[in-house]
Amino acid sequence: MAETPLIQLKGISRIYGAGETEVRALDGVDLTIREGEFVAIMGPSGSGKSTAMNVIGCLDAPTGGEYFFSGVEVDNLSADQRALLRRHYLGFVFQGYNLLPRTSALDNVILPLIYKGLSRAEREALAMQALEKMGLSDRAGHDPSELSGGQQQRVAIARALAGRPRVVLADEPTGNLDTKKSAEIMEVLQHLNRSEGLTIIMVTHEKDMAQYADRLIWMVDGRVERDAPTRKVG
Amino acid sequence: MLWETVKLALQAILRNALRSFLTVLGVVIGVAAVIAMVTVGQGSARQVTADVEKLGSNVLMVMPGQDAMQGGPGSSVAPLFSLRDNDRVQDQLSVVDIAAPLSATRARAVFGNENHRTDVTGTDNRYFSAAGWEVERGRIFEPSELQSGKPVCILGETVRKELFGTADPLGETIRIKTLSCEVIGLLRSKGASTFGSDQDDFVIMPLKTYQRRVAGNSDVSFFYVAVHDGVSTERAKQEIERLMREIRRIGQGEEDDFTVMDMKQIATMLSGITDILTGLLSAVAAVSLLVGGIGIMNIMLVSVTERTREIGIRLAVGAQAHQVMSQFLVEAIVLSLIGGLIGIVLGLILGLVGANALSVPFMPDPKIVLLAFGFSAAVGVIFGYFPARRAARLNPIDALRHE
Repeated sequence: MAETPLIQLKGISRIYGAGETEVRALDGVDLTIREGEFVAIMGPSGSGKSTAMNVIGCLDAPTGGEYFFSGVEVDNLSADQRALLRRHYLGFVFQGYNLLPRTSALDNVILPLIYKGLSRAEREALAMQALEKMGLSDRAGHDPSELSGGQQQRVAIARALAGRPRVVLADEPTGNLDTKKSAEIMEVLQHLNRSEGLTIIMVTHEKDMAQYADRLIWMVDGRVERDAPTRKVG
Repeated sequence: MLWETVKLALQAILRNALRSFLTVLGVVIGVAAVIAMVTVGQGSARQVTADVEKLGSNVLMVMPGQDAMQGGPGSSVAPLFSLRDNDRVQDQLSVVDIAAPLSATRARAVFGNENHRTDVTGTDNRYFSAAGWEVERGRIFEPSELQSGKPVCILGETVRKELFGTADPLGETIRIKTLSCEVIGLLRSKGASTFGSDQDDFVIMPLKTYQRRVAGNSDVSFFYVAVHDGVSTERAKQEIERLMREIRRIGQGEEDDFTVMDMKQIATMLSGITDILTGLLSAVAAVSLLVGGIGIMNIMLVSVTERTREIGIRLAVGAQAHQVMSQFLVEAIVLSLIGGLIGIVLGLILGLVGANALSVPFMPDPKIVLLAFGFSAAVGVIFGYFPARRAARLNPIDALRHE
């Protein structure tokens, strides 16, 4: 008996504008991702890799096709229901970190937990735990502006993890970091995938980063062109 | 859940302290300016009405000449009045309660080393009751003093202060022009009139003394007439005009060479002026309100990008649109309330200070307080909430990428 895939895209398209100015960011994407996979999505700029990620993360709505999350058709959900899906199952890591300014690392990590309706004590405990895992417990009271880029991204990962999601979606998580910091971040993600079985979907344009994943999806012109396990030999 | 929203909003307010402060400031300026200005304006209007009432709504002034407002007593080419004219008005008209003859000029009053330029007025005891003056110390004139024109005088409070300071003036002799006269009484102060002129700045002496020793003639400049209670000033005015035409032998079809002025006319004129004043103040206040509103608007619009990204982050981590919107709504309401309350308190304090400085009654108007508060709060809420609402309805990714 085949298990229900965690994420299944069938003929997904995302079209911006109309007529002459129409842009097909996604043009019939078929994709299945199972629980526990570490998937890298690559492709030239404009290939639709970020759009695919946003559709999977319910941050953007597709214009056509079907998207099933754990067997539930997402297109039929209201905006509020999609928010609940993000709240309980998804965590995000962005290239630009997207932390709230003038807000401590701890409060940033607490943010998703507020919407989960946890008590103050539970929230702080979970958030501290997540920060600890990222090696940032001594930075909990610092504002993002007082942290380095690598530290900010680790706060963002802590925020993505704090709510115990089933999938972490990372959009160019190392795009703003140097090689050494990038490797650190990737090792963190890999560790989460290997030791905790967390499903990770990552968009990147760096081959070195994609090597940390188990599966590589190559996109061109809004379509999946190649989908294969990463060769450990590179 | 509501409490959670309020807490989120308070956190956001504290986190964006500068933005919150500027928003509150906008509301404070708008509300305080309007309340202060309208309070002072309405106090002034009330003061005018009160002054006119004090003057007596049953009072008429009879002056020679036609253009009383421009010329005034003495400057008229028309023949002046005499004491006999005044007494005929008093005796022959049943509508008249008191008619007091007055003549006055500006002159310097001297006592010792002190001197003070003031209004020197000749009249008799009828004037005190007609105009509502009370003697605080000393006495009014004896009939014999009035008849013989004795050099005695009664001082207004300002003259007493200027010439005598802390010394007791009663029984002292002051000099006016070449006349030396004894101070026999002191009047209770009436304070400043509506236009700020000092009503207490005058010296009163018997009419005869004034005519012989100061003016050197036997003229009377005008009559100060109080009509009986319950008699309309309109009717009294008509009767006085008829009698005066007879006294001054003005033929049929000829113009009056005198003017009977009704205090109600003066009152109407004065309240017209204060209406203009209040209107002007209100216009200035409205501009302040607008400026405050634009300030609030600017802050809100400038921070729209940051707020939109914040909303994108909140949506991404699982907030629902209505949760984000109620947070921003509560934030806007809290800021407007804080600003509004500070503005009301500040406005009332400024109004009180202003009213005291201008010696007008302090008259806050709840309607204006509500209006000013309502307007500023509405601006705060509209410009705080609606951009947030728009952002919360975007796809989260569009909010996150907002430039």
